[in-house]
Amino acid sequence: MSNLVVDVQNLSRSFGEKLALDNFSIQIPKGCVYGLVGENGAGKTTFLKHLLGLYSAQKGSVSVFGVDPAAEPVAVLSRVGYLSEDREMPTWMKVGEIIRYRGAFYETFDAGYAEELRKTFDLNPKQKVKSLSRGQLARVGLILALAHRPDLLLLDEPSSGLDPVVRRDILAAIIRTVADEGRTVVFSSHLLDEVQRVSDHVAMVSGGKQVLTAPVEEVLQTHVRMTVRFESPRDTPPRLESALSCHGEGAEWTVLCNGQREAVRQEIEQLQGEVVEEVSPTLDEIFVAKIGGKTAE
Amino acid sequence: MQIHVSDSDGTPFYQQVVTQIKFLVASGRLEEGEQLPPVRKLAEQLLINPNTVARAYRELEAEGVVASKRGAGVFVSNAGSPLSRKEKTRILGERIDALLAESQQLGFDLESVVKLIRQRNLKFETKGGA
Repeated sequence: MSNLVVDVQNLSRSFGEKLALDNFSIQIPKGCVYGLVGENGAGKTTFLKHLLGLYSAQKGSVSVFGVDPAAEPVAVLSRVGYLSEDREMPTWMKVGEIIRYRGAFYETFDAGYAEELRKTFDLNPKQKVKSLSRGQLARVGLILALAHRPDLLLLDEPSSGLDPVVRRDILAAIIRTVADEGRTVVFSSHLLDEVQRVSDHVAMVSGGKQVLTAPVEEVLQTHVRMTVRFESPRDTPPRLESALSCHGEGAEWTVLCNGQREAVRQEIEQLQGEVVEEVSPTLDEIFVAKIGGKTAE
Repeated sequence: MQIHVSDSDGTPFYQQVVTQIKFLVASGRLEEGEQLPPVRKLAEQLLINPNTVARAYRELEAEGVVASKRGAGVFVSNAGSPLSRKEKTRILGERIDALLAESQQLGFDLESVVKLIRQRNLKFETKGGA
């Protein structure tokens, strides 16, 4: 057995005419934090639902803990914690009730840990789910996803629309989960700074396709952001074939490139430009350059 | 030990951790024999991946800034920072490049930059720092 917790090979899925996932291949080793990023409707949720066995693979294969989650849901789901994007919960229940209710589903449910988290998050067990704020709802969702100490934690947009305090809680929970016992986390987000902070691996998806899949560190190392000055102001962006993107105006332009640093530098020199600064860009910048495309296009 | 990382710094997180801990050691805010926080704790505090912190610690250990004692933790080493001359030059060189690029953009010539460095250094000496 390999140490892959998730092994997805050539997975495709359509809904009617729409191709939601186009030939996805993602391998997630044990103890890894895996970030899925992409715009809304890119296919992140559809992908996560395959890992949960809520969808079965139309084409290709999905394996979680070495088995197909659609064929063996109990074996997989008992070891998975899931925070869904819409956090659906019975609204008429009280916080304490829903925690106990969910606890009944899992053999490994740790009531003490759930209680500890409830106190940390400052949640009132007597409060009705209906009356919770967005942030409180997210925290309850997080308790329900974590309390049975799952081997694989799946978080779908855990921090979207939340304030910074709750986002911190969520990130800390991710970190604690992997740091504690080498558990595995997969989370989708469109907050690239979060992904950059906590992920080992990242997959950028757009329109159902994997645009980039690599260790975060490698992505950051291979991409370079250059600031380029031209002797005279330019009306149009310089045409740089080897660059990913180019933005700016007048004499100063920001150029993002992937690996082909020397080729880009040569092109810039040919256009009488000078590279005045070269730094590693943030994931956010790389994502925009990849997905947003070149300005010239 | 209070350090901070920023995602817009332009250097990788592990590098930021390494640099700041080196600075804390060099400036005496971290003393010889002092224990660094456990990987997990620092990761939670900085909200970064534990592997990133582990990597920074490994780097610091390789450079002799810290030493890890099995099961006990990571401690500031008494060996100081035995960086090679080449390595030191490289680190400083990067800073100087950034400074020069900025100076150029701000329209300072080399002469004024050097003069400014001397002035700032004077301040450092009278403060008794460094």
